[in-house]
Amino acid sequence: MKISVQRDDFDVSSELKLLSKNPRVGALASFVGVVREVAMTLEHYPGMTENSIKKIAEEARSRWQVIDCTVIHRYGDLQPNDQIVLVAVASAHRGDAFAACEFIMDYLKTRAPFWKKEHAAEGTRWVEAKSADDDAAERWRLKQGVTKP
Amino acid sequence: MKVTLRFFASVKEQLGKELEEIELPPGISTVGGLRAHLRARGGRWAEVLAETRRVTAAVNQDMAKPGAAIKPGDEVAFFPPVTGG
Repeated sequence: MKISVQRDDFDVSSELKLLSKNPRVGALASFVGVVREVAMTLEHYPGMTENSIKKIAEEARSRWQVIDCTVIHRYGDLQPNDQIVLVAVASAHRGDAFAACEFIMDYLKTRAPFWKKEHAAEGTRWVEAKSADDDAAERWRLKQGVTKP
Repeated sequence: MKVTLRFFASVKEQLGKELEEIELPPGISTVGGLRAHLRARGGRWAEVLAETRRVTAAVNQDMAKPGAAIKPGDEVAFFPPVTGG
């Protein structure tokens, strides 16, 4: 399991290659978050951020058949089109990989301490949390455990 | 007891403070009690930590509800709802 909170960019294909090394891996699901039109600065809580992502990834591993996973999240100044986050999950079968990947992403958005500040032409503003993100995380609480491949 | 306070994002900016060591008067032993104590400073503190504002707390880097206990030496953080990903 690789968890990294870093300033630098990451290379998706090399991260996926690392995850697919295990011969039991038959499915790799990944999500990449990208900055839309507006430049931003991402703040985090060093220590807590890494630990909270680790807990989320461990919860995903307890719910689904996950062989390995990688979560990389950037902080600092980001420009439009920059990659922000990578969540990649390796499983034997796609059902577990898709579900665990989406779960990690939904939980990360509502539980990992990151804050976005946008730098628009009109000025800077802190991004407001969306209730849709809370709803997305909440629905996993209602779902039971492991999906069948 | 002595605790360390940390503030992040908009809460940090609005309070103009990132870190503070504070000696708490006896009787304050929960996150909610600490928040009310800070609010009683008035001014920006009353505004930023108002009960109507969505402010999240963490104790020793774990998310904490208002009823969560605090002990001497704890690190207590206050911040707005998270917006990563």
